[in-house]
Amino acid sequence: MTRVHDMGGRYGDGPVVPEDENGPVFPKDWHGRALAVTLACGSLGQWNIDISRHAREQLSPQDYMRFSYYEKWTAGLADLLVETGVLTREDLTGEGPDGPHPLADRAMKPEAVKQTLVNGGPADRDSNIAPLFEPGQAVRTARPTGNRLVDGGHTRLPAYAAGATGRIVRLHGSHVLPDSSAHRLGEAPEPLYAVAFPAAELWTDPEHPDDEVVLDLWQSYLEPA
Amino acid sequence: MPHDDHDHPHSLLPPDPALRVKALETILTRKGLIDPAALDEIIDTYENKIGPKNGARVVARAWSDSAFLEALRVDATAVVKDIGFYGRQGEHMVIVENTPEVHNMVVCTLCSCYPWPLLGIPPGWYKSDAYRARAVREPRKVLVDFGVSLGENTAVRVWDSTAEVRYLVIPMRPEGTDGLDEDALAALVTRDSMIGTGLAVAP
Repeated sequence: MTRVHDMGGRYGDGPVVPEDENGPVFPKDWHGRALAVTLACGSLGQWNIDISRHAREQLSPQDYMRFSYYEKWTAGLADLLVETGVLTREDLTGEGPDGPHPLADRAMKPEAVKQTLVNGGPADRDSNIAPLFEPGQAVRTARPTGNRLVDGGHTRLPAYAAGATGRIVRLHGSHVLPDSSAHRLGEAPEPLYAVAFPAAELWTDPEHPDDEVVLDLWQSYLEPA
Repeated sequence: MPHDDHDHPHSLLPPDPALRVKALETILTRKGLIDPAALDEIIDTYENKIGPKNGARVVARAWSDSAFLEALRVDATAVVKDIGFYGRQGEHMVIVENTPEVHNMVVCTLCSCYPWPLLGIPPGWYKSDAYRARAVREPRKVLVDFGVSLGENTAVRVWDSTAEVRYLVIPMRPEGTDGLDEDALAALVTRDSMIGTGLAVAP
């Protein structure tokens, strides 16, 4: 099993409501602040992108479903700041001390923003794990899905694609394995592939016989089919 | 490491979302962990400097310059880096080209991954439960929500962004655009057409 965030294929959500392309990037001012606080805290160097994604996924299903997008970000960030010891619970209730923090010298400065965003965080790495598959080859995904290293841990194989047979369409090179990286178990890079699945392999009532869903999947999620 | 203690620290902050963010920002600022001027700079970047106009320029050039399109097919990351559209959430770019036979559409069912340097911050609908849940199972019905109806002769390929690879859809070039220059072409490229929930507009 995975968690509440793993909603691909779920029924019952109603229509998707398109938005004016010229509308505001941040419909509410606090949306932009939530995004910016989260990005700025990343510069403190206490977590990676996989850890931060998992922090949001660890919200209780009740919180995850009632929170809007940036509420999830804010909640995940607050939880992560306490989990990593950057802040204490007393800090969050306003009862902690003010004054410089030991990590304050790492705070993102305005003049560093542009370069930090330009640098990004590439996930490709050298790996000593050789690719086992090549484009065109048939593969089957693991079933059940779930983190094999940590019970209830982070993984990027959605439940809807577990145990499905598809074909390799592309090798992306070797990338950091989120299942390991999200739990500070090392980057464990391995080959990453785009894998195409016929809609009929995934859904009981596919819309069209030629439709496909393509997922990016790590080699350890796959076996020859 | 997962500890589902149901006593999450975030519940110690004010419940109102705007006040919650404000409280966190205030606490972190007092400790010198964030600089509010850096936050302003981040917001300005995504409100005014990085957005779908970047992606539209790439598409317009791909429509007009076959060597550029071929370079995108080989290594889109290197190409967009050359023109300054590289960075956070666009570290590994791949283009997917719409044709009369195949319509591509991009989603992230597990969170809301999106090619920021080319398209900016994703719109609300892209981050909605409805889009994340439905795009993979019933993409054609989702397209109808956007006013797009595909024929029986067009297959749909939905790309679920489950890793750090980001996909940019190259929509089909509208008919009647032969004489247009890149600026005029870029004006036809909507944000949604580069996600695959829309089509480029006819002039």
